[in-house]
Amino acid sequence: MIFIAPATLGFVVFYIWPTLRGAYLSFTEYSLLEAPKFNGLANYERMVQDSFFWNALGVTVEYVVINIGVQTVLAVGIAMLMYRLTKSITVRAIVLAPYLVANVVVALVWYWMLDVQVGVVNTFLGWVGIDPVAFFGDSHWAIPTVAGINVWRHMGYTALLVFAGLQTIPSYVYEAAEVDGSTEWKTFWRITLPLLRPVLVMVLVVTMIGSFQIFDTVAVTTQGGPINATRVIYYYIYERAFTRFDFGYASAMALVLFAILAVVSLLQLRLLRAKESDLA
Amino acid sequence: MRKLGVGRTVAWVMLFILLIVTLFPFYWMLRTAFSDNTQLPGHPNSLLPVETTLGAFKRVLGLSTIEEAQAQGGSGAAVNFWLYLRNSLVVATITTVCQVFFSAMAAYAFARLRWPGRDKVFALFLAALMVPPIFTTLPNFVLIKNLGLLNSFAGIILPGAFMTPFAIFFLRQFFLGINRELEEAAMIDGAGHRRIFFGLIIPMSAAPIATLAILTYINSWNDYFWPLLVGQQENVRVLTVALGVFRSQTPQGGPDWAGLMAATLIAALPMIILFLAFAKRITNSIGFSGIK
Repeated sequence: MIFIAPATLGFVVFYIWPTLRGAYLSFTEYSLLEAPKFNGLANYERMVQDSFFWNALGVTVEYVVINIGVQTVLAVGIAMLMYRLTKSITVRAIVLAPYLVANVVVALVWYWMLDVQVGVVNTFLGWVGIDPVAFFGDSHWAIPTVAGINVWRHMGYTALLVFAGLQTIPSYVYEAAEVDGSTEWKTFWRITLPLLRPVLVMVLVVTMIGSFQIFDTVAVTTQGGPINATRVIYYYIYERAFTRFDFGYASAMALVLFAILAVVSLLQLRLLRAKESDLA
Repeated sequence: MRKLGVGRTVAWVMLFILLIVTLFPFYWMLRTAFSDNTQLPGHPNSLLPVETTLGAFKRVLGLSTIEEAQAQGGSGAAVNFWLYLRNSLVVATITTVCQVFFSAMAAYAFARLRWPGRDKVFALFLAALMVPPIFTTLPNFVLIKNLGLLNSFAGIILPGAFMTPFAIFFLRQFFLGINRELEEAAMIDGAGHRRIFFGLIIPMSAAPIATLAILTYINSWNDYFWPLLVGQQENVRVLTVALGVFRSQTPQGGPDWAGLMAATLIAALPMIILFLAFAKRITNSIGFSGIK
């Protein structure tokens, strides 16, 4: 019994108890200074009318769509490249490297490289005749920029997950396809991708849950700006809780985010039939 | 080897471009960190450091005087990344040791010991993986604040020190795969659970435990959100938080890019070294740890 004691203590104190407490706080007004005051559904009513909340949700969805869309396509591409060209561990390690560097570091390096005046990326763009882009300062570019930075950090990691999935596809299906004269392109669409589906769905669920929780990159670069363009839901909750000390309302938003994530994950698992493999 | 057709050539070129895109930012970080900040705007496309100097490193490590720092485009504000480096080391090390050890104990209990309700409790632990961190973070902040642990190492470390559902899940998988016969033999010889755990289970799972420890260390080192909330004060400020502060202190108009890149390099270097040392182990662990 002693074996389970420390973990259980940590689990109850830092997981179970805060989950229950967070749910309760979402029905209260709580400024940290005095005890939480129960106010029923007031936080949720306020949320429905809070245009910043809807903006935050919209911005987050835009981020997730760009981030996950680009990242998944690139990851499958990279995984295929590695699978067909080289099993080199060095190549895989290099591809994984960005994932092991802190979000904050990655964000700052790109913040510098994408600077509108002296950033090297704008210098490159100048060589091909494109005017400097204010990647962080232009409200249309800000979210795609943040999404792109995190694609750079995560695509290698995601590619390795897909790569692991590719290795579970038995070689006899490829041999059969070759005998039947299938082209490489056809084989990819008709065989590889369908057989990869269970792995892809799991990858999608895991990366999408992570993607909804975008915070670090925004916090050290744009801080929600320009004009709310990058105030993602995590950042908005953070602002409400820690700069306005509006803990009740922040908890209510966190609970809604929790619900959204649960629904999105379940839908993905259901719609894409994650559990069934076409190989059977 | 197949013949090098057009398709394969294109594929190799694409892989090569990918590697450049991946590595270039690391190089640019290095190039900028060794540059003189005042000279940077004049040479935006120089591939080598501009006016190579160690000034930026001296500046962020608090080794240069205010005049020296300002002459090279620093803000002159006192920064001491030695201190933040130490803080990150303390936090990541204690978190990793405690979390991995306690999680291993729990994983053993879930994998091998028989007790009522075991599988239900395990399911509950796993369910916690579904809860987004921010939801538990808000009440945890209140708890740490009420305990008077804001701006202390204990406050930063405690929530992650006992377990994570992932660590328990990860290790339990390995413990389940260990041959039972050895344990039974040890038990016949009169060994208790404690001796079996320390003498048999841990040595036999040294490899997965090491992998988990490395991953935990990296995650803990890179964490930003929680230390930002509870560890703002300088004496416990970790590197990620310090970078955020440094970036927001940077003078408007002429940011100290060289200093910033030197600081990010200091923050990233220990992880890069760790990665180089264990590249094979870490790379191979991705795949089954992420999904299965």
